[in-house]
Amino acid sequence: MASLIAILDLKGKPLIQRSYRDDVPATYIEKFMPIVLELEEEGQQVTPCFSREGINYMHIRHSNLYLLALSKRNSNAAEIILFLHRIVQVLIEYFKELEEESIRDNFVIIYELMDEMMDFGFPQTTESKILQEYITQESYKLEVQVRPPIAVTNAVSWRSEGIRYRKNEVFLDVIESVNLLVNANGNVVRSEILGAVKMKCYLSGMPELRLGLNDKVMFESTGRTARGKAIEMEDVKFHQCVRLSRFENDRTISFIPPDGEFELMSYRLSTPVKPLVWVEAAVEHHKGSRVEYMVKVKAQFKRRSTANNVEIYVPVPDDADTPKFRASTGTVQYAPDKSAFVWKIKQLGGGREFLMRAHFGLPSVRGEQENMDKRAPITVKFEIPYFTVSGIQVRYLKIVEKSGYQALPWVRYITQNGDDYSLRTAHEKGSAPIAPI
Amino acid sequence: MASIRAPPRKGENFELAADLNSEYKEKRKDAIKRVIANMTVQKDVSGLFPDVLKNMQTDDLEQKKLVYLYLMNYAKTQPELVILAVNTFVKDTDDPNPLVRALAIRTMGCLRAEKIIDYLCDPLQKCLRDENPYVRKTAALCVAKLYDLKPELVIENGFLETLREMIADSNPMVVANTVAALTDIHNSSVAAGSNEDIFQITNNVLSKLLIALNECSEWGRVAILNALARYETENDQESEHICERVVPQFQHANASVVLAAVKVIMIHMRNVQSENLTKQLVRKMAPPLVTLLSNPPEVQWVALRNINLLLQKRPDILSNEMRVFFCKYNDPLYVKVEKLDIMVRLAGENNVDALLSELKEYSSEVDVDFVRRSIKAIGQTAIKIDEAAERCVNVLLELIGTRVSYVVQEAVVVMKDIFRKYPSTYEGVIPTLCANLDELDEPEAKASLIWIIGEYANKIDNADELLGIFVETFTEESYPVQLQTLTAVVKLFLRKPDSSQGLVQRILNTATKDCDSPDVRDRAYIYWRLLSTDPGAAKNVVLAHRPPISLPRTTVSPALLEELLTEVSSLASVYHKPAETFVGRGRIGADAVLKGGVGDLGDDKQVTQKALQTVVAGQQSENLLNFDDPATDEQPSGIAATAALAATPAAANLLAGTSSNPLDDLVSIFGNASLAPTAAPAAQNGFGGLGGLSFGTPLAPSPVPPQTPSVLSQSSSPAPPQAQPQQAQDDLLGLF
Repeated sequence: MASLIAILDLKGKPLIQRSYRDDVPATYIEKFMPIVLELEEEGQQVTPCFSREGINYMHIRHSNLYLLALSKRNSNAAEIILFLHRIVQVLIEYFKELEEESIRDNFVIIYELMDEMMDFGFPQTTESKILQEYITQESYKLEVQVRPPIAVTNAVSWRSEGIRYRKNEVFLDVIESVNLLVNANGNVVRSEILGAVKMKCYLSGMPELRLGLNDKVMFESTGRTARGKAIEMEDVKFHQCVRLSRFENDRTISFIPPDGEFELMSYRLSTPVKPLVWVEAAVEHHKGSRVEYMVKVKAQFKRRSTANNVEIYVPVPDDADTPKFRASTGTVQYAPDKSAFVWKIKQLGGGREFLMRAHFGLPSVRGEQENMDKRAPITVKFEIPYFTVSGIQVRYLKIVEKSGYQALPWVRYITQNGDDYSLRTAHEKGSAPIAPI
Repeated sequence: MASIRAPPRKGENFELAADLNSEYKEKRKDAIKRVIANMTVQKDVSGLFPDVLKNMQTDDLEQKKLVYLYLMNYAKTQPELVILAVNTFVKDTDDPNPLVRALAIRTMGCLRAEKIIDYLCDPLQKCLRDENPYVRKTAALCVAKLYDLKPELVIENGFLETLREMIADSNPMVVANTVAALTDIHNSSVAAGSNEDIFQITNNVLSKLLIALNECSEWGRVAILNALARYETENDQESEHICERVVPQFQHANASVVLAAVKVIMIHMRNVQSENLTKQLVRKMAPPLVTLLSNPPEVQWVALRNINLLLQKRPDILSNEMRVFFCKYNDPLYVKVEKLDIMVRLAGENNVDALLSELKEYSSEVDVDFVRRSIKAIGQTAIKIDEAAERCVNVLLELIGTRVSYVVQEAVVVMKDIFRKYPSTYEGVIPTLCANLDELDEPEAKASLIWIIGEYANKIDNADELLGIFVETFTEESYPVQLQTLTAVVKLFLRKPDSSQGLVQRILNTATKDCDSPDVRDRAYIYWRLLSTDPGAAKNVVLAHRPPISLPRTTVSPALLEELLTEVSSLASVYHKPAETFVGRGRIGADAVLKGGVGDLGDDKQVTQKALQTVVAGQQSENLLNFDDPATDEQPSGIAATAALAATPAAANLLAGTSSNPLDDLVSIFGNASLAPTAAPAAQNGFGGLGGLSFGTPLAPSPVPPQTPSVLSQSSSPAPPQAQPQQAQDDLLGLF
């Protein structure tokens, strides 16, 4: 429960605010930034929630904005913080980008949304697709007044009735993101697969869908033997359209989908994953003159697959200059803003291996404080189409609608890096010889 | 109207007023938008109230919303004018469009002007029974708004009964908002001191809630789950039934639904008899908890704070999942810090090597604060797992080898704690530590090294030389360093009287004559007298064996932990503090603290009560003295905790669990010790001094044999003050 919600700029000035309860005066918004600065000055961490003089400040950061909720009670912190994130999501879907300017330009509609998304401090409708049905940027025609979509209060609060398509189609994207951390000695310390099944639904009416996966738990419970591999998903999260009790009972994924694009489910596997794209670097540091890198990349997946748009970020000292690169494939760029250089390879075939060398100059004088080198890991981005690392497969997608139309499901698979695919495999010289460029 | 306030003749507001009264629709609407724009940038447009009001009656929904928005903002400042809007509001609640009806009833509830409330009841009555669920769900919350303003009206009009009926509404969203409204009203009435349970969850209500749970929107689920958490089951079958019905919510994509479900399960699991089911529930809880870490960092943080509590109650939940808590390079610091704490909690013999190699990695990152905490975590691991202590010490030695100043200093501090846990085990590292003496410039690191030198004075050949350096600069050092130097020199003297006679004379002289800290001075006098009257007794006191420290399993008292677990996902569970310490009017006065401070400690509720008061007192003292320790993430410490433990384990836990450093305890005793105003503080001073243990470390000394009487128990049960001083001395000696 929140008493007041405000969006602030980086200096802490409120751009827009909405009070939902009277118990917290708006003047407390102005106190937020001074408290944050004070905490920082005292060397304390600024946590997303803190309490001062009986007021609780809960905030999130989105690019150059703070979203702040104030409350005087023992509010549900998880709910409020998530709600703030949801505001961001909705506003982005409305305005493409959420920044100071888009707020100033659209304050009228933001007020409307804030009025509709929360009442008396309790979150209400936050589905942007439904909101867009009755809160629009165009002025209403006087004759046709909008009414609340039935979906706002329906048991099926995510889909409106009377949707029609000439061609009924469903697109399924199974996307797996691999997060892993490789230690300096080359061992995988931590790895997880975050999978998501994303849908684009262009279906008429109120279709009932049933999705079948090669889910090990389901196979076991039904006593069926799987042809090929079955996978064990550790934790599954569903869009609110999926009937959770049904899944709990017999692992059936049944639902009435929202219209258009949405994420049907996500799952997590923490089975050990071999690094699909392996990178290691040998570094030769000559304090006060130069630093040299030799980077090796290896595609550790089957030959018939290909990784696209591979980007390898190798960290370098902040004060490195005059970069020189030589790569056996792809292109290399220096990205001083990230204190790294990026090796981009458009296509990396399975089983292939490439080398590149980099040479940087270093200033001859270094500050005393910089003895401690930043030890950022090497990070990698990539996409491998037509391949899932876990082996998950869509066995069927049944679509039943009372009008009895036929609909076509299309399925795509892709494996990519997660937000944390990092390798601590940049070694000071000794592990591999480096020849001068 | 013009006679009441003279309208400005020029300026923006004058122009706006003109436009608001324009004959052209578009111009008027545009003017309203400009008014709202000015309101947004906090320009005062309250003077335009009557002009804006004129535009309220319109078919243009957007314009209506804007006018309503304006009214909400300025109704409080213009109460006498709001009355003019009533008619339109009431008319709008009859509009054929449900959107307009809901908007009108929603806005009326937000106006918060006395004058308008009386006119709210009739339309509200109607809207609660509206045919459209959108209107009903809005009206349900409006009852809570009305209760907030004028509870009598809600009761007189029978709105509470209506709400209770609405729990059976066919629409799940209406049920959810009704539950939210009733809960809100219930909380307000409890806060106002009422004992009546306004929202009684009966068996019948329960089944309605369980049905609605599966059908309503994500936020509605949170409201319903919160209500389920309040239900008191009649038997264990019912508890089992609730758990089984709630478990599927673990699969919800919304993290707050997951946490609310965890809360319900944690509460009702207490009554589940079947061990099998309990095991199953715990097993099912782990994966969703781990998945919470895939949320944005702020949500992760809330989740981590809660996971920390859950682990204190059930350390087995995530026993195989330590790796998922490894820090990512780009995690914000507040997330990393929580992860460190949880990693240490999950550390065991089987995973300690992976943990140590991670912690070592973190110790070479750039963020100084994080590096320090990582090194601390190495120390905590050493203290937690005996078998791994040596490996931890080796890692620390490697870190000291880096010669990075803050790394070395933190490692020295940590080594001191390792010595306190494993006395005389790792003496081999002392030379390495002493070699870094010149590098140390932080008081805590210096004090730690001095403590080590004093403790092992007989094994360090040049101890007198080393301590001499600090005696030289004694008056320039900070107080903690002074205290440690003093104690260390006395220890040295007692062990090697021949070589350090001069040194001890000098330091006692300086400390009693040239030192402005009363603590240091008092301690010096105590030593001086002790040494001059009875060196044998001095030896018994100063060199006495001290019990090894241990890592506390919980950071809060058991009673408080139980309470916080019923509040999972709330701010209380995030702060690890009971709600009383930070909500509403905030602090409980000293009277309240004293009242009920006496009583049977065996009683569970009493203990909880006391826990709250101690925390409140601690809070107050923090504000008074402005300590720089972040109160929440430090672990218990201080001799106060140990001493109190002797008297009543429960009370001691309360103290131990909730204080951030020894001084807190001390001051919290000031806070409610009008009973024993003289004895306690004095005793505390001497206490810390003699023990030579008064580091602000996050480690609690392990329990002292229970027969030891205690000074500090005075804070929890009143006793004749005159008996105190004598008793205090007994304690001091008894402790060693």
